[in-house]
Amino acid sequence: MTSATVQPTAPAGQSAVLRGVKQGASILLAVATLVGLWEGYKAFGSWSGGTWPGTTRDLPVPSDNLNMPHSYDIVKQLFEPVTRRADDTLLVFLFKSAWFTFKEALLGFVIGTVIGLGLAVAMLRSNWLERGLVPWINVSQTIPLIALAPLVVTWGKSTFLSETQSVAIIAAYLTFFPVAVNGLAGLKSPDSEALELMRSYASPWSKTLFKLRFPAARPYLFPAFRLAAALSIVGTIVGEISAGVQGGIGRVVLDYAGKYSTGPERLYGSILAAAALGLFVFGLITLVERVLTRGQGVSGT
Amino acid sequence: MTLDSSTPAVKVHAVSKTFNAGSSESVQALADVDLVVAPGEFVSLIGPSGCGKSTLLRLIADLLPTTSGSIEVFGKSAAQARIDQDYGMAFQSAGLFDWRKVAANIELPLELMDYSKAERSARSSEMLELVKLPDFGDHYPWQLSGGMQQRVAIARSLSFKPRLLLMDEPFGALDEMTREHMQNELLAITAELGTTVVFVTHSISESAFLSDRVVVLSPRPGQVHSIVDVPMGDRSDDTREEPEFFEKATEIREALRAVEVGL
Ligand SMILES: Nc1ncnc2c1ncn2[C@@H]1O[C@H](COP(=O)(O)OP(=O)(O)OP(=O)(O)O)[C@@H](O)[C@H]1O
Ligand SMILES: [Mg+2]
Repeated sequence: MTSATVQPTAPAGQSAVLRGVKQGASILLAVATLVGLWEGYKAFGSWSGGTWPGTTRDLPVPSDNLNMPHSYDIVKQLFEPVTRRADDTLLVFLFKSAWFTFKEALLGFVIGTVIGLGLAVAMLRSNWLERGLVPWINVSQTIPLIALAPLVVTWGKSTFLSETQSVAIIAAYLTFFPVAVNGLAGLKSPDSEALELMRSYASPWSKTLFKLRFPAARPYLFPAFRLAAALSIVGTIVGEISAGVQGGIGRVVLDYAGKYSTGPERLYGSILAAAALGLFVFGLITLVERVLTRGQGVSGT
Repeated sequence: MTLDSSTPAVKVHAVSKTFNAGSSESVQALADVDLVVAPGEFVSLIGPSGCGKSTLLRLIADLLPTTSGSIEVFGKSAAQARIDQDYGMAFQSAGLFDWRKVAANIELPLELMDYSKAERSARSSEMLELVKLPDFGDHYPWQLSGGMQQRVAIARSLSFKPRLLLMDEPFGALDEMTREHMQNELLAITAELGTTVVFVTHSISESAFLSDRVVVLSPRPGQVHSIVDVPMGDRSDDTREEPEFFEKATEIREALRAVEVGL
């Protein structure tokens, strides 16, 4: 038999444009469905007079314009000035608030990720540490954040921490957890043959960590990062509210909740902004993952 | 090479291995094994499943500690030989790192040995030529067939030109034709580089075709039952059809039957 050289074939892959269009379409569809359900419920409520048809029992949520403003009124409100004196529209104002919250959350995400990865590596290194730390890591997440947040802020005030840094620490408290837990599972994921291979090369522990364990952990880490990113937003908003920090989306939600009766559209607008921020960071991590794992055809995506 | 040609490539002396010694799960895998492999020799280990072939290979590679006895590789302890990178290793599964391109997989041991970037890429191209995959350096492992991946694994194990190659059923997962093709290539490559090979296999014909000597191990605890010499000189595809080849295969088969029934 002659050993003919095999010719490579071009890697098959859906075009990025097509994938983008498909994703855009599915997001649009989801938004349209939500709007349809919202307006449908309102129409149903005003037709039935706010009760279940043929009964005197109220619908679960009143469908009037105070409790459920029309979706187009919410959108319209976004383009009105925030206050009579301000130049910014609500949309711009929410965007600035979201950006402020994003920066705090980013710091919280980074702190939480560094601590989470550090814990994962420490627990990988020492069984003894793993046995000692795992219960504490689990218990940490059973303490309600709402209870902890004011405490962190109070401590922060008596040290060198600014309010926004305290908020970032509250966010980090949520984000370190998935990173530590999934990170450890990922670092342990290489099979014994891969580890034996590294040993056969007399690879020191640190090189095995960076050349084998961390790359092998990516399918575990990226879902954890996505979750941590979303949690960092949640933690930051809770932190902002309990610390009374001005400028972030948490404060805005709180303010508009207080002024609900004079403008429910603004509250809904601010809630949408918070949700959009969560989606944004989620997408950001997915994008980073795509770029880092381009062409590898395995893991996450 | 300053090595005196009388120094064996591998010298296994009175080696026993017991896993989980002293516990209720204690398993004696090997008992009192002696084996000497000369430089440049191709030696196969064959025996019933679970008789300790992989264990013996891992002991030589210093991936496991012996329970008693001693192992020398090129006149040094197995541990020193591992640290000095005297051997390359290949397993049944290719075990390529899926986040690395083919060339980067081959260069992995070179990276760990601090070869320069230029040296590394020169060496990986050379190795890709050797395993007849010159155009695949930029591909990811998943884009290759199982046989091609196995060739990359062999290229990786040879990339730093070790004097000794330890292989554990490297062609076990391949179809018959690919397997024979790979056997031809392996012999050509190791002849070119003068590599000593210790090769674990389940296949009688594979051991007869590849080896200078075939070591038949008895069931657990593994012991050397007999050694079949295969003095057939250079091998080619025609070798597979020669009477001498069949005679040797029969001899190995009979030895295996004998160990199965405990003779
Ligand atoms: N890490 C381990 N811990 C405990 N027992 C082990 C371990 N590795 C192997 N053994 C035991 O040692 C014996 C020999 O195993 P080994 O893998 O060397 O056999 P083998 O000859 O390679 O078998 P096969 O042909 O099926 O690959 C088996 O009984 C196995 O259960
Ligand atoms: Mg085996």
